[in-house]
Amino acid sequence: MYIKVLGSGCDKCKKLEANVKEALQSLGIEATVEKVEDFKQIMAFGVMQTPALVIDEKVKSIGKVLSVDELKNIFK
Amino acid sequence: MFVLEWLNNQLLKMEWLNNGVKWFVETVIGMGIDTKLGGSLHFFIYDVFKIFLLLSALIFSISYIQSYFPPERTRKILGRFNGISANILGALLGTITPFCSCSSIPLFIGFTSAGLPIGVTFSFLISSPLVDLASVLLLASIFNWKIAIAYVIVGLLLAVISGTIISKAKMEKYVESFVYGNTVLDVDADTLTFKDRISFAQDQVKDIVKKVWIYILIGVGIGAAIHNWIPESVISAALGQDKWYSVPLATLVGIPMYADIFGTLPIAEALVSKGVGIGTALAFMMAVTALSLPSIIMLKKVVKTKLLVIFVGLVTIGILIIGFSFNAFGYLFL
Repeated sequence: MYIKVLGSGCDKCKKLEANVKEALQSLGIEATVEKVEDFKQIMAFGVMQTPALVIDEKVKSIGKVLSVDELKNIFK
Repeated sequence: MFVLEWLNNQLLKMEWLNNGVKWFVETVIGMGIDTKLGGSLHFFIYDVFKIFLLLSALIFSISYIQSYFPPERTRKILGRFNGISANILGALLGTITPFCSCSSIPLFIGFTSAGLPIGVTFSFLISSPLVDLASVLLLASIFNWKIAIAYVIVGLLLAVISGTIISKAKMEKYVESFVYGNTVLDVDADTLTFKDRISFAQDQVKDIVKKVWIYILIGVGIGAAIHNWIPESVISAALGQDKWYSVPLATLVGIPMYADIFGTLPIAEALVSKGVGIGTALAFMMAVTALSLPSIIMLKKVVKTKLLVIFVGLVTIGILIIGFSFNAFGYLFL
């Protein structure tokens, strides 16, 4: 799995990144997590609200800080 | 009528709080509220409590409505309209789409990529920070309903007219080229449950209070200082009704400032109580909220200098006209 967290470095984006890492760890899943801060790259996904979550180049959520439990459901 | 007036006084103007704080300052602390220090203390405590109480209640209910209008949906609705009706709708949707200045760039690109005319996007971007429902109710609480409604109308007019001029002037070529041709993500907006919307509203209250509390404290602090410490003669020399330069001065001071509309309201309140024209106070509020150095710097990333200058120029001229007209006809409202 290749996970991208889109967001230009706001508090919420950092929170989402931390939640993603925590969810992955507790599920024991190996995955690459990349933080995308360049807004040209963010826009290439068509996202208007950050933070956004992208898994294997597919946008899964926009404008929301998903909780660790919600993330676990997505990663399973 | 009597019941309505009572509700207005107690819920919106919060007379119970006014009296409670008065009792607290006079009996518990033991200072008359007509003394300088007692008066400032009363203004500060009353305004801080009033703004935070109203703000939390308002943001909660408004966020609930907003959860029906995410930017993706607003974009879809706007795509169906042309010409000035698109500008009007853009300005109206600007008042209910949840939006913070930090996401103005992704929004600008997202709207433009989907083929919306940039004039419509500008109508949206101008009205969004300027006229939001919470600020309108706070205006009604601090001043009165007539001023609140007049503020909404002129704010929307400013957004519609500026956006229409930008549309008519064919400014598309002054937008950076990478803005066009990005993926347009189509998401379904109606998958939220009642519980989702409530938790969205709760999160919004937390986020917004966390973001604006400092501006409110600073704003109320300045307001309290103006209210009790700065002599009326000093204020009226700079910003008095009879000074033609009061409106331009208030606007120029306000433009580079970055603050929230909730922080500027107590300053406007104190200024008006010192005899400053309502137009001057509104011009200051509009200049602070509609234009700020950080938002101009952000916009610079997506539009060329010429369009940026036209945008700032149009909004500034609009604010000046609004300020002068309110000063001339303000007696109708107070």
